[in-house]
Amino acid sequence: MNRNATLLWNGLIPENPIFRLALSLCPAVAVTTSVKNGLLLGLAVVFVQVFSSCTVSIFKSFIHPRIRIPAYVIIIALWVTVIDMILPVISPDVYKQVALFVKLIVVFAIIISRLELFASKEPLVPSFFDGLGMGVGFTFGLCLIGAIREFFGAGELFGYDMLGFKPLLVMILPAGGFFVIGFIMATFNWLEYKITGKLPKSGGGH
Amino acid sequence: MSINYHLIKIALAVALSLLICGPVAAQSTETGSFKKDKEIEINFGVPVDQAWAQNTANFSVYEKPDPDIKVPIESVSLDARKTSATLKFKDALNTSSEYIVEAKDVTAGGKILKGRVEFLVKKGQVQVLFGIFLGAMLINNFVFTKYLGLCIFFGVSQKKDAAIGMGITFTIVMVLSAIMCWALFSYVLQALHLGFLKVIVFIGTVAIFVQAVDTMLRKVNPFLFKKLGVYLVLIVTNCIILAVPLINADSGNGPFASLTLGLGAGIGFALALFLMSCVREKLEVCRVPPTFQGLPIAFIVTGLFALAFLGFSGLAIF
Repeated sequence: MNRNATLLWNGLIPENPIFRLALSLCPAVAVTTSVKNGLLLGLAVVFVQVFSSCTVSIFKSFIHPRIRIPAYVIIIALWVTVIDMILPVISPDVYKQVALFVKLIVVFAIIISRLELFASKEPLVPSFFDGLGMGVGFTFGLCLIGAIREFFGAGELFGYDMLGFKPLLVMILPAGGFFVIGFIMATFNWLEYKITGKLPKSGGGH
Repeated sequence: MSINYHLIKIALAVALSLLICGPVAAQSTETGSFKKDKEIEINFGVPVDQAWAQNTANFSVYEKPDPDIKVPIESVSLDARKTSATLKFKDALNTSSEYIVEAKDVTAGGKILKGRVEFLVKKGQVQVLFGIFLGAMLINNFVFTKYLGLCIFFGVSQKKDAAIGMGITFTIVMVLSAIMCWALFSYVLQALHLGFLKVIVFIGTVAIFVQAVDTMLRKVNPFLFKKLGVYLVLIVTNCIILAVPLINADSGNGPFASLTLGLGAGIGFALALFLMSCVREKLEVCRVPPTFQGLPIAFIVTGLFALAFLGFSGLAIF
């Protein structure tokens, strides 16, 4: 059980998919104009990550190593199709804004990289917790960026008016997303420098 | 070899004639045209009465999909020959959709000529396609305003050579996969009511296509293959390639619109890659604060580009 808790924590901060691994950056900018959008896409990613991790972990002995990538893609596409049918029922308004990116979860590098690096080697329970940790870490990243952008760009949080005015409109605009992620990444680097005394090597960027 | 050449010529001729005949074939009914975004011009063919034409109650205008929502008309004016009228509107019209202008009791010389005449107002196909192309390339650039393909964008934009090669490969793959996915979607998926399978089918199509390009390039041009080899495989798991067919399917684009969107998105992506690689080559020799080195500064530069591309919004040539 201890290892499972470590796996969960690992995905949340030390190997956060967005800020540390620099994986799946497109949705991190695209849907984070508000917390709600980020939360919905994050939940979709948790669902797809957990279920495809479990599926791959169960069927790993049947998948021939040579065709593993196409097999993974088909498994992910299956779960994406399922969540793409569930989400419009849960929250039709928010779904409309993130619809394209829900379908594009198929090509999020974070999911396939976890299948390749973890779920294809480990049994079911650790795979489940690894998938959950990564998914929750991804959701955390999206919500953090969404909160910063919504607060500064629209003066709101979760759609509730906080300030009554709009301090920095640029944050809602496309450019704002890039700035926020750049600054958050730099902050993470700085924190690590303060704690460990050395600069981390920058992520690969897939 | 010569047979292939002739086949290509015939295919091009058919494509061109479809492109040109499209708008002509649609002109069997009475048509009007957008002058500016607040004006529509219609032509009666015969001189009509000034008093009749200037009464706005004689005209009603609506968008083709909703006949119940009338667009308020501000004023109507006739030209010097009295054969064509210009309708002015208070609010800007949506020039990318189709409008219908209904004129009742068309009066000439004090007599009623026709009880009711309908005019179809829409943009020509070439104009629509050009709008899509420009939109995908500059106004809604896939990297800077739609945030697609960021992984490749940050991964490959370190050197100019690689950026140019990657941009060209992407454009080719995007155009061809857009048209293939359009054919599959409209002839297979929609015909069999399997629209929900589009994600699985599209990613399969793109994967097969990239594999085919990989195999062909290896035989046909080994030099180019060696240069692109690493990136070719990356194309499969890239959101920008998959996004084009998905957007096409969701907005119901036809074959030419799909092709144009793919082309515009590809050229826009190549442009973004090239711009970014130019800046990053210079960044190599700059003194960046240590915590910003690598991706953080790349993000900030991209943010500045995105601000600049905001200037293209509202750009319209037709």
